[in-house]
Amino acid sequence: MEVSIKVNGKSYEREVEPRTLLVDFIREDVGLTGTNVGCDTTQCGACTVHLDGAAVKSCTVLAVQADGASVNTIESLANGELHAMQQAFTEKHGLQCGFCTSGMIMTAVKLVESHPDIEEDDIRHGLEGNLCRCTGYENIVRAVAEGARRFDPHSPWEMDPAEHKITLREAERRARERSRT
Amino acid sequence: MTATERAFGSSVLRLEDPRLITGKGRFTDNLSRPGMAHMVVVRSPYAHAKIKSIDSTEAAAMPGVVAVYTGGEMEAAGFGGIPCAWVVPDSDTQTPAHPPIAIDTVRYVGDAVAIVLADSEAQARDAAYAVDVDYEPLGVVVNAKAATEDGAPLVHDDVPGNQCFHWTVSGGDVDAAFSEADVVVGETIVNQRLIPTAMEPRAALADWDSSMESVTLWVTSQNPHIARFLLSLDTGIPEHKIRVVAPDVGGGFGSKIPHYPEDSMVIFASQQLNRPIKWTETRRENYLATIHGRDHVEEVEMAAKRDGTILGLRAKTWANLGAYLSTASTGVPTILHGLMLSGAYNIPAIHEDVYGVFTNTTPVDAYRGAGRPEATFMVERLVDLVARELSMDPVDIRRKNLIEPFTEGHEVATGLIYDTGNYEPALDQALEMFGYEEARKQQAEARSKGRLVGIGVVTYTEICGLGPSEVAGAVGFGGGLWESAIVRFHPSGKVHLMVGVSPHGQGEATTFAQIVSDQLGVAVEDVEVIYGDTDQTPMGWGTYGSRTTPVASGAIMGAIEELKEKGTKIAAHLLEAAEADVEFNDGVFSVKGSREEGKTIQDIVLAANTAWSMPEGVDPGFEASAFFNPANFVYPFGTHIAQVEVDPETGEIDFQRYVAVDDCGPIINPMIVEGQIHGGIVQGAAQVLWEGAHYDEEGNLVTGSLMDYAIPKAEFLPKFELGKTETPTAVNPLGVKGVGETGTIGSTPTVYNAVMDALAPLGVGQVHMPLTPEKVWRAINQAQEGGN
Amino acid sequence: MQTAPFDYYRPETIGEAVDLLTSVDGARPIAGGHSLLPAMKLRVASPAALVDIGRIPGLSEITRTGDSLTIGALATHSAVAASDLAKSDCPVLADTAAHIGDPQVRNRGTIGGSLSHADPAADYPTLMRAIGATIHVTGSGGGERSISADDFFVGLFMTGLAAGELVTAVEVPVMSAGQSGVYLKHRHPASSYAVVGVAAIVTVDGGSCAAAGIGIGGVTGKPERASTAEAALVGNAPSNETVEAAAAAVAGDLADPIGDHYASGEFRVHLASVLTKRALAEAFGEVSA
Repeated sequence: MEVSIKVNGKSYEREVEPRTLLVDFIREDVGLTGTNVGCDTTQCGACTVHLDGAAVKSCTVLAVQADGASVNTIESLANGELHAMQQAFTEKHGLQCGFCTSGMIMTAVKLVESHPDIEEDDIRHGLEGNLCRCTGYENIVRAVAEGARRFDPHSPWEMDPAEHKITLREAERRARERSRT
Repeated sequence: MTATERAFGSSVLRLEDPRLITGKGRFTDNLSRPGMAHMVVVRSPYAHAKIKSIDSTEAAAMPGVVAVYTGGEMEAAGFGGIPCAWVVPDSDTQTPAHPPIAIDTVRYVGDAVAIVLADSEAQARDAAYAVDVDYEPLGVVVNAKAATEDGAPLVHDDVPGNQCFHWTVSGGDVDAAFSEADVVVGETIVNQRLIPTAMEPRAALADWDSSMESVTLWVTSQNPHIARFLLSLDTGIPEHKIRVVAPDVGGGFGSKIPHYPEDSMVIFASQQLNRPIKWTETRRENYLATIHGRDHVEEVEMAAKRDGTILGLRAKTWANLGAYLSTASTGVPTILHGLMLSGAYNIPAIHEDVYGVFTNTTPVDAYRGAGRPEATFMVERLVDLVARELSMDPVDIRRKNLIEPFTEGHEVATGLIYDTGNYEPALDQALEMFGYEEARKQQAEARSKGRLVGIGVVTYTEICGLGPSEVAGAVGFGGGLWESAIVRFHPSGKVHLMVGVSPHGQGEATTFAQIVSDQLGVAVEDVEVIYGDTDQTPMGWGTYGSRTTPVASGAIMGAIEELKEKGTKIAAHLLEAAEADVEFNDGVFSVKGSREEGKTIQDIVLAANTAWSMPEGVDPGFEASAFFNPANFVYPFGTHIAQVEVDPETGEIDFQRYVAVDDCGPIINPMIVEGQIHGGIVQGAAQVLWEGAHYDEEGNLVTGSLMDYAIPKAEFLPKFELGKTETPTAVNPLGVKGVGETGTIGSTPTVYNAVMDALAPLGVGQVHMPLTPEKVWRAINQAQEGGN
Repeated sequence: MQTAPFDYYRPETIGEAVDLLTSVDGARPIAGGHSLLPAMKLRVASPAALVDIGRIPGLSEITRTGDSLTIGALATHSAVAASDLAKSDCPVLADTAAHIGDPQVRNRGTIGGSLSHADPAADYPTLMRAIGATIHVTGSGGGERSISADDFFVGLFMTGLAAGELVTAVEVPVMSAGQSGVYLKHRHPASSYAVVGVAAIVTVDGGSCAAAGIGIGGVTGKPERASTAEAALVGNAPSNETVEAAAAAVAGDLADPIGDHYASGEFRVHLASVLTKRALAEAFGEVSA
């Protein structure tokens, strides 16, 4: 059947089989492969995207269920500059192999959106639908806390807003600078 | 350049990250080729059965289906069995045939029986369900020890008693040690089967080029050069006509070392159909058809004097190898296990018999730590048992038996010569960080209120940085274990560093760039590390065994030294100075004392590339390649301490604290090293607390999905507190040791010992891993009943 | 991983949905799909058709009428968890919803779906039995009826729904003065489902327990009501002894426990007893505080 789904702001009208999963629509029909599939039982969260603003596992949504909806994937986050959460993930080394990372970041963005001062326990609890096998989560938790902090201009650690929008190269330069002093 | 300014030792952000955090990772399943068809594998639902017939008529007629092939057809096309690349010597090792698609008998649930090729994956999957296979079930055996008993079903008719090998390691007079001992402790340890669960399932995409009679295979591999070598043996395609590419690989932990049947299947199908063929496994398939790890039953004993001095260790181990030999199956429970039974201690007498056994289960191979976690668990558990028997503190008994500091090599009873070690400073630092004495006081107080708080301490060492190729040969490994590197400067001064190792999350694209930057004074971002493509990189044996940095860095340093020499010659020529007067610092070649007039390395690179004026006898270009065959393995070490609290009512374990002090030598990138340790700790702790593959009597994998097999989640874990000591090794030029597996090797016994310490006041002796709430609850009940 | 092929219908009214479910062979309703789609991907379930009720208007509201809250069948777990009305008038409902699955699952899974699926390891059914919920359903010809939670859960994945009948709403009593509810579970480390879940709703009046509802999930094929344990509470002061006695009585209410590799039936019964004790202690603590 015909569906129309807005992915990262652009509408895609496609003929799909009813059984087409949203994740397959994104990966195959739209051609965005940043959203990964790591399991078949709705556990791992690698496929997490935002469906009408809510984090969902796109392996457990049919494309026909998302007909008319707006979907945002990992590819939508960086807009010339990295999103604060992406920035935090690289700075805190919140990824190793990178396979779970897209889903992890998409979940994290929603987790902290309304909780800039989120506590470590709540981050850990909030990530229960995302599995990572490399990092032991320690640096992911740090990254999410850092990302949360940067989201909110009113947080106790208020930062220069420009800090939210530095490039990766610049962040690296700063990190090197920091390690030299 | 002062030490604090060096790229070496800085937490440089990873060069791998930009693509991975923006969804631009190049994972195998993200790739497609024009005209590509998809493969789905039909797998056996039986653990052991004769294939009476396969009827694919209906499947072949389904929409989009291009072909259905069976094992016989693949064999007829000249595809041979999957080779085993490690055959331990002097142990009568049996290597039964391993057809990529079963031909007449299936031997585990998940064994391939046919492949379906179709235009879409969905069509191939629909048709796979329609392939009608008639099986005649045979007797099943899943437990290694049971498989060796008389009358057990034979997994392979030509392997009597299901015994693949019997290997022994022996050093010192073990019988004397046990007869002289004041105390002997022992138990039967079940080091349970684990499922590696890399987050990226395996995938393979083959593209046969009939005009060139060559094939490109994109595959989720930790070692593309080994894959190419082995594929040349079983596909019949000459090695120079095979290109293997491991693009971004989403974790491996050993499970992406082996050459798998599906790698050959996609090549076969691509040849037959003259189309690119892609296969991506589901997680369900990943659990059935990608290797598992561990799975030992070990009868172990330790002998000691009354003062706690360890005299000897004796063990008999049954290693479950699964239904077929995977690439490195036989080396893991032998060389990587038995030789490490001295741990960090002086143990004068050691003997182990290891029986490798076939069963009707998924093949077992290297999983993070591979043999060493099993050895360390055995030793550290026994040391705790001795301490308990003698009412000694677990720290005191370890301190008493630790090998004294050494820098020139130390031979242990198993015959290994450890490279360097200084164990007590790590122990002291860990105790200090943990606040050990205070924690023991608090524990006593908690115990007095009936709370079950436990502390576990482990002082480990492990063998990694595999390794000297001569040793590889002597222990039956079918390849070398050296590495090579090419450092190539382009005219503008940018660098390609090509290596044969194949990192997949460990961050060497950054770490290696840091080495080049540090040594040659170019910016880290001016160095692109190329790996994972046999056509673009020099020979190398891959990324596993915590070998990537310690071995490949030796090759990188060799090339760098050559370039420094060449640069010095060119600079002397351009500066009209004697070579001996030219020095190289921070990227500048200059006559001593006149750095301002010196030539930057970029100047020299441009001069070498234009070659307008080269010194006598110096070739143009600025590129060097080097090979490095290490003289020994490296032996990182450290102390780990954990604290847990057990809920006596429910048996639930609260994992509260973890301190790890590790020594991996000089650290190139602290951020990356800490990340490796974090991940390792969690995989090791998971074996104690949550993970365990379980088969029923019919050979069905009961824990066959992420619904049943519990890999850790963020909320299960405490924050980790890390410390370090830095003892350089003399084995490689940078003095670095591997750190990919230390966390896993150290943490399993640490967490286990902590739980047993918590349960000690109740008299609980042993609980088999994983320590699920029910098992702990039952152990508590049993102990209390026994005590009443 | 693809499901088997199926036909797809997207009705706009309950009436249409019920008609489709009764007229199309092998049709099953789908809302959030978080129970059904995983089963379909593993091809454990292969319905010939799906009737997507997810867009039928008016089925996701949470409203208060008199002394009860009505939750539309399409209300997601996260909507219930975040509902101010639920948090103030029936906190145990919001709290239970907040602990189902994981955040992404809660964003898709619906209360109607959870109840209709009747998984013994699910959280909502256990609470519904303890709290005495009423499930509103619509069947063929638009016939509406109400089923008490006691009658709704019949067995393993089995409900009192007739063929073609759909859950439209769930009605739960609001917590009155002196009343408190607690839901506790032993979470499976892999699936996050409840190995055992216990919901305890207690009312304290004049220093003694005036009423109690205890629901227990995960131990048998359906959520059970621990009536012997409840009886041990009513009329007694909410003391430790009373709580212990009630917890000890739980086993008697749990015949034929189910077991698996992770937790045997015996252990599940034990967990039910421990969790009952803890839930009661917490619930009584909230009332007296």
